Amino acid sequence: MSVGTIWVLAEATDGTVASITLEMLAKARELSDNVECVFGGDGALVATELGAHGASAVHATGDLAGKLPGPAIAGAIAAAISGGAAPVAILCGTTYGGRDVAGRLSVKLDASVITNIVDLTNDGGLVGTEPVFGGSQLVNTRFTSDKPGIFLVRPKSFEAAETGGGAATVAALAIPDLGPSGAARVTNSFVEQSEGPKLDEAAVVVSGGRGLGESEKFELIESLAAKLGAAPGASRAIVDAGWVPYSYQVGQTGKVVKPDVYIAAGISGATQHLVGMKGSKTIIAINKDSEAPIFGVADLGIIGDVHKVLPQLLEALNARG
Amino acid sequence: MKVAVCVKQIPDPADPGALDPSTNTLKRDVKLILDESDSYGVEMALQLVDAAGGGEVTLISMAPNNEVNGLRTALAMGADKAILVSDDALAGSDALGTSKVLAAAIARSEPDLVLAATESSDGYTGTVPEQIAELMGLPSVTFAKSIEVADGAVKVQRQTEEGYDDVECPLPCLVSVTAGVVEPRYPSFKGIMAAKSKPVDEVSIADLGIDAGSVGWAGGGQEIVSVIDAPVRDAGEIIEDEGEAYERIVAFLDELKVI
Ligand SMILES: Cc1cc2nc3c(=O)[nH]c(=O)nc-3n(C[C@H](O)[C@H](O)[C@H](O)COP(=O)(O)OP(=O)(O)OC[C@H]3O[C@@H](n4cnc5c(N)ncnc54)[C@H](O)[C@@H]3O)c2cc1C
Ligand SMILES: Cc1cc2nc3c(=O)[nH]c(=O)nc-3n(C[C@H](O)[C@H](O)[C@H](O)COP(=O)(O)OP(=O)(O)OC[C@H]3O[C@@H](n4cnc5c(N)ncnc54)[C@H](O)[C@@H]3O)c2cc1C
Repeated sequence: MSVGTIWVLAEATDGTVASITLEMLAKARELSDNVECVFGGDGALVATELGAHGASAVHATGDLAGKLPGPAIAGAIAAAISGGAAPVAILCGTTYGGRDVAGRLSVKLDASVITNIVDLTNDGGLVGTEPVFGGSQLVNTRFTSDKPGIFLVRPKSFEAAETGGGAATVAALAIPDLGPSGAARVTNSFVEQSEGPKLDEAAVVVSGGRGLGESEKFELIESLAAKLGAAPGASRAIVDAGWVPYSYQVGQTGKVVKPDVYIAAGISGATQHLVGMKGSKTIIAINKDSEAPIFGVADLGIIGDVHKVLPQLLEALNARG
Repeated sequence: MKVAVCVKQIPDPADPGALDPSTNTLKRDVKLILDESDSYGVEMALQLVDAAGGGEVTLISMAPNNEVNGLRTALAMGADKAILVSDDALAGSDALGTSKVLAAAIARSEPDLVLAATESSDGYTGTVPEQIAELMGLPSVTFAKSIEVADGAVKVQRQTEEGYDDVECPLPCLVSVTAGVVEPRYPSFKGIMAAKSKPVDEVSIADLGIDAGSVGWAGGGQEIVSVIDAPVRDAGEIIEDEGEAYERIVAFLDELKVI
């Protein structure tokens, strides 16, 4: 049975809709026969792609003119709701933008947020599933009030699916006067591009951790990644140590990855790392400590020294051409 | 400049504990420590006050049983004082309830700048900073990887999916900081001794003018339906490297058609 209208917060870069948005649309379409998007930007840029993934309409604010998106979009959604719009749920991605919108909106609606969900089901009302303790347990939570339910959805929880729908109708979503809370301004944007496939889209990911010993040794990871057409990734330990940029980080506070093959070298497998890569189809781990928790999720585990195994592996792969 | 820093006191993550099956909240029968994520905010606050040529760093915490252990750690780093909200009525609060309490406590210190971590290590909803900002009617910048204060405004490098944005925001405002934004100092022996006599203002929700019905179990807008064990991955093949393990990896990658 269909729940009522679901709103999905759409995010996009240069007119390309974010994968998390398409993933949420697929799930929302399973649960509801009317799914609409909310977008902080020019709706015409995204209407075709959103429609093809099942959105009937996109409520768009138009250009944000340097406003930080969170308060503006949350303000616009709250105004639409007090003006009569009545979505049963608002799905936001666990992204920089999504979390800002959810937090601000929750205060405006005086309604709490169900966070970090990896599944959403209809059991006489929407129920969100949140993994805890590194994913060893799953908590199912529902709202107790009849206000719109705000959910924060973790990336890679659902698979994007085209529905063959036509372009979504674009409707204007007015941003009300935000007062002081809307005072932050974006003055410049910088893109930190790494070569090769994107970390959260690559079919193969090779990640390194503190076990590499020193910053220079991350070259082993980059060479192996280049050889396998993989994206290089990292544990937070070596991101915090400044060996690699934050954009390499896999885990709870980094990217969620679900490649066909994930290779973890010199990574212990802390719960916060595991939640970011446990969904990989196949996991290969190299660690010198046979007790390292990473072996608990590995399909192939090598108890050994990364400084021996990685160079040998590279040499063998190079020899194959 | 007056800076208020939210610091959460949590069970040691090395020993994360478990959910209490009767209430489905974290068991909190152990001594709580300073959430490492908040040590960055404390350090940032100390550096900003220094750079401004003086001011005051006030810690804000909500914790059960009048817990001060984690606060003492942050005071030993150099913070000047703390406001601690501890009240039995707060048990079971969700993030919004927590934010209502923190916002009221922060307002007491009349700060120019409020700092928090982007997410805590134990609950990690990551919604509290924006909720506080909205409750206080403040502008905010989340996910800061660097902060400068000049001419009554903050300049922040804000982490984004692709890189980062430069964001400018007038004071008073709230900024949430990512781990690694600064290197937190270790408390010195002198700092630890001094911390023992620094003021911790313990307040109840009545002192803050908060109605018990809007926080804790009573104020929560959600309920846990069930807690289940996640499916476990099948155990894999674990081998000890005796010089040839790389061959097994090559063969495995071959089987998977990666090479
Ligand atoms: C709120 C919060 C959020 C977090 N978010 C993340 C996150 O998003 N991502 C993340 O990764 N972490 C995250 N962490 C940190 C996490 O808890 C761990 O500290 C981190 O993942 C450890 O990184 P590591 O495995 O590289 O280092 P360590 O835990 O130090 O492990 C290094 C491993 O290398 C092995 N080793 C050492 N030398 C060798 C050698 N020569 N050959 C082979 N193996 C060797 C060791 O046996 C050890 O297992 C978070 C923590 C908190 C509190
Ligand atoms: C496994 C688990 C899942 C949960 N899921 C949800 C959920 O889906 N929705 C929900 O509303 N609640 C949820 N909660 C409850 C929530 O974690 C608590 O309400 C918590 O008190 C506040 O949220 P947080 O720690 O997640 O804050 P976050 O938003 O992650 O915290 C960000 C920052 O805010 C500051 N801060 C947060 N709490 C305090 C404090 N008590 N004192 C001082 N500073 C603080 C710190 O600087 C912190 O780093 C969950 C709790 C657990 C244990």
